[in-house]
Amino acid sequence: MGEAVVTSTEPYDHVLEARRKGRPTSQQFIANLTEDFLEFHGDRRFGDDNAIIAGIARIHDLPVTVIGIEKGNGLQDSIKRNFGAVHPEGYRKALRLMKQAEKFHRPVLCIVDTSGAYCGLGAEERGQGQAIAENLMEMMTLKTPIISLLIGEGGSGGALALAVADQVWMMENAIYSVISPEGCASILWKDSKKMKEAARHLKLTALDLLGMGVIEQVIPEDDPQDFTEVYQQVQTMLYDQFQCSLQKPIEELLQQRYQRFRMIGIQ
Amino acid sequence: MLKKSLFRKPKNELEYQGEGKRQYPSVPDDMYISCPECKQTLLKAEVEENFFVCPKCKYHFKLQARRRIQLLVDADSFEELDAELQPHNLLEFPGYDEKLAAAQQKSGESEGVICGVADINGCRIALFVMDPAFIVGSMGTVMGEKITRLFEFATAHALPVIGYTVSGGARMQEGIFSLMQMAKTSGAVKQHSDAGLLYITVLTDPTTGGVTASFAMEGDIILAEPKALVAFAGPRVIEQTIRQKLPAGFQRAEFLLEKGFVDAIVERTEQKQYLTMILKLHQGGICRG
Ligand SMILES: [Zn+2]
Repeated sequence: MGEAVVTSTEPYDHVLEARRKGRPTSQQFIANLTEDFLEFHGDRRFGDDNAIIAGIARIHDLPVTVIGIEKGNGLQDSIKRNFGAVHPEGYRKALRLMKQAEKFHRPVLCIVDTSGAYCGLGAEERGQGQAIAENLMEMMTLKTPIISLLIGEGGSGGALALAVADQVWMMENAIYSVISPEGCASILWKDSKKMKEAARHLKLTALDLLGMGVIEQVIPEDDPQDFTEVYQQVQTMLYDQFQCSLQKPIEELLQQRYQRFRMIGIQ
Repeated sequence: MLKKSLFRKPKNELEYQGEGKRQYPSVPDDMYISCPECKQTLLKAEVEENFFVCPKCKYHFKLQARRRIQLLVDADSFEELDAELQPHNLLEFPGYDEKLAAAQQKSGESEGVICGVADINGCRIALFVMDPAFIVGSMGTVMGEKITRLFEFATAHALPVIGYTVSGGARMQEGIFSLMQMAKTSGAVKQHSDAGLLYITVLTDPTTGGVTASFAMEGDIILAEPKALVAFAGPRVIEQTIRQKLPAGFQRAEFLLEKGFVDAIVERTEQKQYLTMILKLHQGGICRG
């Protein structure tokens, strides 16, 4: 288990903490934020992608659908989870369960932690781009509240495919970026060792993104080795926010969701 | 035994820009040109007359957006929208101002997409055409904004949208704002779709990354030019991830057709007629032709 990084002003330290082996993954978040979790499998089209854990659960008395990208705990589990690199089947399973949530008026909690959607033969052959695109479109008008919580790495389109939501929250040490700092440095400066510099320029930390209006909440991590209190706090926040969203007429919620993305980056 | 590649972290998909950077020969200002596919020497005028398609082997030359619009729409029918929108260095990313200036110089355009309304054989449409000469159609904030506005305009005016895509991936100098364009444009496409309106995409070489994972793949009808590379992760990224050479033809339009991800491959010389037929089958009364 790597050493946890305490609050740092160096963005690349957040990158390291976001990727640290031993940092809690979706499995721990689901276990601590919800009760009675039942995992459901498969996209009903091709197979079941273990890089996504999804199912139904409750937060206090509120039934919810939970969908989490899972990097795995330990080597065997990580291999099973493909290190959180999702195939099209994973995104299609997620969409299937979101549609089910819409039908039964359950709010959706997405937990995001991936270095990116998987880049491989099968993923391309089975329409990785199409699967992500469909999620982006369908989530924008899904008639039930959605909150996305970024707990570690938020790698590009593979993360966004579960982050078209009414609110996007990030753990203090989570990152969210269009490209990894290493990839950015290697393409722009032909030198992947300049990743620290790239990390600074990409503005990928939770605090930067809050300031840019890309996310709504930063969850403080006083001790990245122990999230006991963090889970309680997030559970309360989720419950309250879902209850608040459920009060709104659905048309209003969807209009706000559209405007949320419509206005990002507009000066 | 586990293969070593299992332990390699997958590369971030939008890192890939290699294929986009590959130099496609465009038509130079000489009388004769050589076809990169069949190596024949061709009369430039003959290629031009043939929609920039090699008359011998049907190789589709790279085509700049304005030229494409000229070839596609009825004469004098194109009215450009949002031409005044200029990209900005939102994150004050080092070197980006220079990169933008160079792209504007090279392409003669202010951004990597041209939007507007036009007629195709008398059918009124909203049209966006991405420009391969502008950082290979990389997805920037102003590009996303222009496409979003076009869909909103088309929704308000009940117009079908035709979109020609070309993209090497993300505009990484715009960081998260580049990524957010995928969600923003997809939202606008969805509203247009929910209004019962038609959206046709034409995928051209190369269409990759975030554009593939958003509006390129969201058409009601998805067409592609022959042999166009269409991918989420480009070939080089995949080869690095899986450490094998890719089979010939992988991720080309013909491969996507076989796998069920495009409706039809349409040669450039046939596109206007093909699009007209689709439009006429969808429009009660809007086509005057
Ligand atoms: Zn030829």
